[in-house]
Amino acid sequence: MSPFPTTPDPGARPVLVAGGISDSHTWNLVYLHLLLEEHGQRVVNLGPCVPEDLLIAEALHRRPALIVVSSVNGHGYHDGMRTVARLREHPELDAVPVVIGGKLGIEGPPGEEEVAALRAAGYDAVFDDSPAGVAAFRRTLAALPQRALV
Amino acid sequence: MSGVGFGAFVRRAHDAGRLVVQPRMGMSSPERMRAGLLATRDTAATTVGTITLDSYTRVGDLDSARLAVLEGVPLNGYPIAGHERATTRAVLDGIHGPGFPVQVRHGSAAPQHIFRALTAVGLDASEGGPVSYCLPYGRVPLRDSVGHWRASCELLAALRDSGAEPHLETFGGCILGQLCPPGLLVAVSVLEAMFFHRHGIRSISVSYAQQTDPRQDAEAVAALRTLCARFLPHTEWHVVVYAYMGLFPETEHGAYALLGKAAELAVASGSERLIVKTVAESRRIPTVAENVAALEHAAAVAARTARAPLEGTGTQTYAEATALVEAVLALDDDLGRALLTAFATGCLDVPYCLHPDNAGFSRSYIDADGRLCWSDIGKMPLTGIADVRPARAITSDELLGALSHVRRRYDRYDQGEPAVL
Ligand code: B12
Repeated sequence: MSPFPTTPDPGARPVLVAGGISDSHTWNLVYLHLLLEEHGQRVVNLGPCVPEDLLIAEALHRRPALIVVSSVNGHGYHDGMRTVARLREHPELDAVPVVIGGKLGIEGPPGEEEVAALRAAGYDAVFDDSPAGVAAFRRTLAALPQRALV
Repeated sequence: MSGVGFGAFVRRAHDAGRLVVQPRMGMSSPERMRAGLLATRDTAATTVGTITLDSYTRVGDLDSARLAVLEGVPLNGYPIAGHERATTRAVLDGIHGPGFPVQVRHGSAAPQHIFRALTAVGLDASEGGPVSYCLPYGRVPLRDSVGHWRASCELLAALRDSGAEPHLETFGGCILGQLCPPGLLVAVSVLEAMFFHRHGIRSISVSYAQQTDPRQDAEAVAALRTLCARFLPHTEWHVVVYAYMGLFPETEHGAYALLGKAAELAVASGSERLIVKTVAESRRIPTVAENVAALEHAAAVAARTARAPLEGTGTQTYAEATALVEAVLALDDDLGRALLTAFATGCLDVPYCLHPDNAGFSRSYIDADGRLCWSDIGKMPLTGIADVRPARAITSDELLGALSHVRRRYDRYDQGEPAVL
């Protein structure tokens, strides 16, 4: 049994949900978990304060369809950079899309330069905190293969 | 009751008829932190100061905190263990003292390094708790948190030998900030206060975070006071109200209206201290000016509000909180072990909490009148006490709707005018 809240359905490749390295907020994670399940995804929710090593180990072990990093405590940009740099050191994970979203800085939404830096470091998409950000994320999900809904 | 320290300051203000107001302020630059403390002290209100720590320091990642200091990366709080002691002493110099005590706020399940750092610069007031700084705050097992908090209380309590009166505030009245019915909030706050007391702390405050319904909140504070009078004899204690700790209104009028309601709750319920939120809450870390404006608004509302506490017993919240506290105390003479057993068996169970040491069977909802209620009590000993209305599994939109209930009510974009509530 997984120690993490997980959608029952062992077959499909899951989506990993992870809080930022230093971020203990969890309502964002609970929300994303439900949203992903409603889009037909199996979710493994790694919870808050996810260290790089744990995320890498889980990713290598589960071969997820997508990794979603969520951070709202204001350290999201720096923590997110660290996480993705370490993840992208693993060629086995090259094909796994990784996205990040939330309240990524302490002074409001990140600027264009920061978003570009996050993408350059290895994120496939960066979503902002607005309803538009969540809407864009929903569109991304609609493009992913879904598990069969019963 | 020695008359010195944080608790005594708050007591004197209360006796003089004034509510103490306090920010949640913390910035990484020592210059800005000092400016923030000075502005808090000099504001037109009875205030105490706050140094809120950054998230790296909270989770014990001191290397990252130090690196950020070296590289000048701004953090979401003050890295007390990342700055030199002399730097922090200079931040506090001529500010912290009997007329303006400063409290360190953190969020750590293993706060020994924080307590050492704060006592080393002459501070003696902080907050948290073995449950409330563990379950909603990351990955530390509850068992470890209880041990760390025992050691940390004892570390702080040792200051009493030199004539100080160290102060600790429970964070238990907040837990996940939102959607936890008040009976459980009150119970955890009381249990954490007892935990502090058993480990040598004699000046304590118990928290309660404003929730969705003013009447229910007033009942909760009354229940909290009654239970503290019963379970904290021979202790200097007071109640601290937190302005709403969930999704905050996005409009200026909404933010101030909600903060004003928190100030009314604090004064009317006979509480001694209020921690404010600012207009920036929904978006980013607030500026010093935004904090000062929040303190002054809260103080102004407080000044025109009368004390009118409710009867403590006889309410739903009192019945639930009493049942939970008594059930936990009956589990073990050692309160730390009792808390561990309580969570392991689901006797205490925080709704929507992801921590592996939380049972996770309980669920809550906001009823048509805006009160926070249980839809599932899991294995908590509340059968026949709580009014439970079972519900089907929640969707993401419904969750966001419940989390945004207060924000929506106070923002009232559609009406374009301040909410009159
Ligand atoms: C509740 C709360 C808490 C609770 C958390 C309980 C818990 N276990 O979750 C408690 C009290 C414990 C807490 C603690 C702290 N908090 Co807090 N907290 C909040 C608060 C009030 C609400 C957050 C919430 O519950 N949101 C509900 C969820 C559903 O919404 P959300 O988080 O906004 O996420 C939405 C979007 O961001 C987006 N999203 C998020 N992630 C992702 C990812 C992707 C891929 C996508 C597409 C979208 C997306 O989708 C969500 C739905 O719209 C906010 C302020 C606010 N928003 O009003 C502050 C806030 C997030 N906290 C903040 C801070 C700084 C802290 C602390 C560091 C203490 C401090 N200095 O004040 C500590 C954190 C310690 C740590 N190690 O991280 C700051 C962050 C500042 C910033 N980003 O600039 C905020 C904004 C308050 C503020 N203005 O200062 N907090």
